[in-house]
Amino acid sequence: MHSSQQTAVHALRHHFADMEQQHETVSMGMWLFLVTEIMFFGGMFCAYLVYRVAYYNAWVAGSQQMNILLGAVNTAVLICSSVTMVLAVHFAKLGNRRLLIIFLVATMALGVVFLGVKAVEYHEHWAAHEVPGPNFNFHETGNFDPRHVQIFFSLYFAMTGMHALHMIIGIGVLAWLTLRAVRGQFTEHYNSPVEMTGLYWHFVDVVWIYLFPLLYLISHKHMLT
Amino acid sequence: MATAVTLPEERTNYLNADYGIKSWLLTTDHKRIAILYLITITAFFFLGGFFAMLIRLELLTPAGDMVQADTYNKLFTMHGVIMVFFFLIPSVPAVLGNFLVPIMIGAKDLAFPKINLASWYIFMIGGVITLYAMLTGGLDTGWTFYTPFSTTFSNTNVVTGAIGVFINGFSSIFTGLNFIVTVHRMRAPGMTWRRLPLFIWSNYAAAVIMVLGTPVVAITIVLVALERVFHLGIFNAQLGGDPLLFQHLFWFYSHPAVYIMILPSMGVISELMACFSRKRIFGYDFVALASIAIAVLGFLVWAHHMFVSGISVYAAMVFSLITFFVAIPSAIKVFNWTATMYKGSIRLQTPMLYAIGFIGLFVIGGMTGLFLGALGVDVHVHDTYFVVAHFHYVMVGGVVMGYLGGLHFWWPKMTGRMYPEFWAKLSALLVFVGFNLTFFPQFVVGYVGMPRRYHAYPPEYQVLNVLSTAGASVLAVGYLLPMIYFVWSLRYGKVASENPWNASGLEWMTQSPPTTFNFDQTPVVTWEAYNYDDLNKREEVPVAQ
Amino acid sequence: MSAHAQHGPTLKTFFGVFAGLIILTAITVFISYVELGPLNPIVALVIATCKALLVVLFFMELRWSPHITMIVVFSAICFLLILLGLTMSDYLTRIWGTYGIK
Repeated sequence: MHSSQQTAVHALRHHFADMEQQHETVSMGMWLFLVTEIMFFGGMFCAYLVYRVAYYNAWVAGSQQMNILLGAVNTAVLICSSVTMVLAVHFAKLGNRRLLIIFLVATMALGVVFLGVKAVEYHEHWAAHEVPGPNFNFHETGNFDPRHVQIFFSLYFAMTGMHALHMIIGIGVLAWLTLRAVRGQFTEHYNSPVEMTGLYWHFVDVVWIYLFPLLYLISHKHMLT
Repeated sequence: MATAVTLPEERTNYLNADYGIKSWLLTTDHKRIAILYLITITAFFFLGGFFAMLIRLELLTPAGDMVQADTYNKLFTMHGVIMVFFFLIPSVPAVLGNFLVPIMIGAKDLAFPKINLASWYIFMIGGVITLYAMLTGGLDTGWTFYTPFSTTFSNTNVVTGAIGVFINGFSSIFTGLNFIVTVHRMRAPGMTWRRLPLFIWSNYAAAVIMVLGTPVVAITIVLVALERVFHLGIFNAQLGGDPLLFQHLFWFYSHPAVYIMILPSMGVISELMACFSRKRIFGYDFVALASIAIAVLGFLVWAHHMFVSGISVYAAMVFSLITFFVAIPSAIKVFNWTATMYKGSIRLQTPMLYAIGFIGLFVIGGMTGLFLGALGVDVHVHDTYFVVAHFHYVMVGGVVMGYLGGLHFWWPKMTGRMYPEFWAKLSALLVFVGFNLTFFPQFVVGYVGMPRRYHAYPPEYQVLNVLSTAGASVLAVGYLLPMIYFVWSLRYGKVASENPWNASGLEWMTQSPPTTFNFDQTPVVTWEAYNYDDLNKREEVPVAQ
Repeated sequence: MSAHAQHGPTLKTFFGVFAGLIILTAITVFISYVELGPLNPIVALVIATCKALLVVLFFMELRWSPHITMIVVFSAICFLLILLGLTMSDYLTRIWGTYGIK
């Protein structure tokens, strides 16, 4: 038997009839997990919506403190990382170990870039006293209540922080996948862990696709009296 | 069919397939995981019951003389948190569901056996952390963690308790995810959706709720913890936040959560009704669809917990109307169970006693839910003992009765031994009498005005409270007896055959207890569910050989 | 697995989607500077949804997945909208027409 097929047979769990059933099962499992993630982030989107409608001016004021350039760059970085991820899956399915590893590493690298940019942004907010808590002191004035701006920033940090946490976990999983790929555990017959991680990674990208306009691009009008 | 009796221990089965603590703690066999859950949720049940005992002792007298008010707050909080999160939600799915779902559909295991084990470990870690929170100062927010008390004013271990409950939520999510994928992908050849036992439909519907709802309370708990630590203001009116937002997010899960609790129990009742009426369930399609309908509609009614919190009257009317609708599929199930009994050949063994008791008590609990769903009535009885009685009727009179009925029914399958019928019947009777004596007076005392979560009350309520505490003592005995005789039966119970109840279902076509992989060969299903016409033609198989 | 590659995404698909995502990102940034009043958030969400659909359908291969997967995703979105919608229905109707108006 060809060694890659041996890998596949070895990877078939005893309670499945064949690899196809196993793959379909694992895929459905990952999609259901992503459903739970949709609802998990959804709770924060609900809080965001309730307060955006209530305190629109404060939301605008907070949003205008965001660094749109860095946000847009990060959006592009994540999109690129999704491309490298699908390429990793693509080459995994073709049994091309070298390119699989290259694109897994590329995805991780882009993920790290994203986190680095986020760290820079967080630092900027911290320096501008925009982090909620005892240090919060919003410097702008206008037709809004600064306490409401603190709520905006609370949700900003909660939502982007939770997103960043998911990125970190994703990078960790990618590192583990890279290790497995280096050990030759993925072949054209067995590569579903790569594919499933891809699903997770793209989901995290989709969350950012919504976070970006909702947090960074609310309005450019200045909320003066 | 007289053969020499082989003891369960003498046949290779999932219990003796491997020995040693590692083989249990690192098992991926869904049946062993079910047993792990059985032991741990029983422990939590008695811990929660212990707190209930302290509550009922305090309420024997009108004065708050046994414990201080702050301590009393901790008692009912801990009772609620343990019972809801660590007993009721896992009970039927994690014990009976884990054990039976793969066997009932003809599979060797759940879709993700390692995630199943992880689910138990997560449950344990969450439990230990919550217990730690309780032992090092306790929680006094009520199991509902309302803000701003939980985020700002409470001086107890809210964050630790929140972390424990948060972690525990993932146990539920993993179980639900596992069940959904298993039912979709692992059914044996010939096991179509409409041949599935209704127990599977109910657990499937509950699993959908687990997957959709639990993450929302998870993020809500995270936000509460963040607010408490960093003083964010999301739920704090002084900072522009809305405490009601917490309630919306909390109840979005916690209302469907009660359907997570009741649906699997209803699934048990369907199995019991069919077996002990010796008839196919009346209206199989309707019962199956009713499970799905309950799951879906259950997500649309959460604000009926908030009628007097200050929500919009217009929204309240909508939620009230949908609350009335959600009762309909439950009622359909009750009608169908009753119709199953009609002209059936009723056997009144212990599981059936629990099932019949369930129907009566669930109807009372469900109907009083409708009273609460009516805006005008709710204004009067909200936050009184009427509410407490309502939810104990559905949770204890409903969920626990179904759980106990199922435990008795499937005990011979799980252990290869029969429980002693006399003691079991006696316990069922004690549970039924004790339960009603405990909780019916609470409807009355609540209606006449006694508020919940108070450790002192006006003297005119004392008689009803004394009756309630007396009932609780009887109920406690009714719960303790099965502990004793179940353990006794493991050694001294009658050996059970493959199908002591002559019941339908693939689980009754396997060994008692089953082997590790359930079936020697994957079954091919060519018969409909509840094939009692055929089963009744078989010679009466004795309970034990 | 080989069956997947036959009716599944190609490298061309990936780069086409990539281009679409970058273009839509640029559009959403630039259009945020155009004053459209209440249409601004709607346009932003529509663009975001288009981007999300590109990722979900093509990168996550939902287009070539079993129907049950689509039902699963669709129902998650439905329940999220229920959470958002019914919660907002409370806030918006507490005192009709006053929520969020200063």
